[in-house]
Amino acid sequence: MDTPQRTRIPEIVAKYETELLSEWIELQTRAATLRRDLMRDDDLRDESQRFLEQFRIGTSKGSLDPDDDSWHGARDVLAEITRQRARLGFSPSATATFVFSLKQPLFTRLQIEIGDDTRVLADEIWRATILLDQLGLFSIEVHQKGREELIARQQQEMLELSTPVVQLWEGVVALPLIGTLDSARTQVVMESLLQTIVDTGASIAIIDITGVPTVDTLVAQHLLKTVAAARLMGAECLISGIRPQIAQTIVHLGVELNDIVTKASLADALTIALDKLGLHVSSRDAR
Amino acid sequence: MERIPVLKMGNCLLVTIQVDMHDRLATALQDDLTERISISRARGVLIDISALDVVDSFIGRTLGNIAAMAQVLDAHTVVVGMRPAVAITLVELGLDLPGVRTALDVEKGMALIQSALGRVNGRPSA
Repeated sequence: MDTPQRTRIPEIVAKYETELLSEWIELQTRAATLRRDLMRDDDLRDESQRFLEQFRIGTSKGSLDPDDDSWHGARDVLAEITRQRARLGFSPSATATFVFSLKQPLFTRLQIEIGDDTRVLADEIWRATILLDQLGLFSIEVHQKGREELIARQQQEMLELSTPVVQLWEGVVALPLIGTLDSARTQVVMESLLQTIVDTGASIAIIDITGVPTVDTLVAQHLLKTVAAARLMGAECLISGIRPQIAQTIVHLGVELNDIVTKASLADALTIALDKLGLHVSSRDAR
Repeated sequence: MERIPVLKMGNCLLVTIQVDMHDRLATALQDDLTERISISRARGVLIDISALDVVDSFIGRTLGNIAAMAQVLDAHTVVVGMRPAVAITLVELGLDLPGVRTALDVEKGMALIQSALGRVNGRPSA
């Protein structure tokens, strides 16, 4: 088996850099995965040139392992290009194709240079394949990571947006819940509800779950916790906005909502709240 | 040993906890309070915990016990001024103090005791 020192890839890449670049770009332009609507030919040329330059520098240090320090520049350029493409809306496979499409021109050059010695040619092609595959996988990972960061940021934004507590009346606050309740959100919701109870001195809190799509045992448990915490602070909780399907689910799941006043609509809950405060709304004509 | 003062106001006892609670202090409060209820024949107990930053499971359970003991001695207990963080902690600990009445501040707590006493006194005695 040949040792890495005897590979001719660095030499071939250095010798044919210009030819490799033009063939590679030609190939990418023809590929079906290239999104012409998302990027211009100039950008493609620029990106390809920068990566190939770093690729040549990487190979010239004698190592064909992209995890080595000598590949630092190539990894940085590739990560930058990948992030750029992820932002533009490229799919992971389209992004990885950028690296994988370098195989064909490189293999062609290897074939021309090495000629008929099939054993050497097979070795070299195998080395080049491993190298480019690793770079391709690296680009997919960067792409994936970029997406995950995006999702995490959106979740954070959703958490901040979705917990308004509104005062309906002197002594009555309402918490219209929208979206699924998970542990992290319940914590935020609970904190903002309790803080509003302290700030407004409200003695009744209405939790409206009209916007909660499903209620499972976990969501019910979170609701019960919120109610219990509000009660410890000295405020009574009413739950409103229970849709027929949710009522069915709650009973089927065997969730016990005992001692908690539940109402179908927020208006009904407000009536109850006003009644508990000794207030009464009447029509002007009735006077 | 330090003690938490128990003040008498009309037919109510007022306890304002203004120091960090530890277990011995909580037990001492339980002893003092039950004794004072029986001596002064108080009908209401108001415990203000608005200055408490931390309530652990023992203190939480002691508050529940005090309420139950006061109930046996025919006095209504109201815990007032619990902080949001304390409320969340107690609920996470699974201590939702089922037998304890709560109010937002001393004023509302006193109103709650008076209305409870009013209902009892207004009812024809059996």
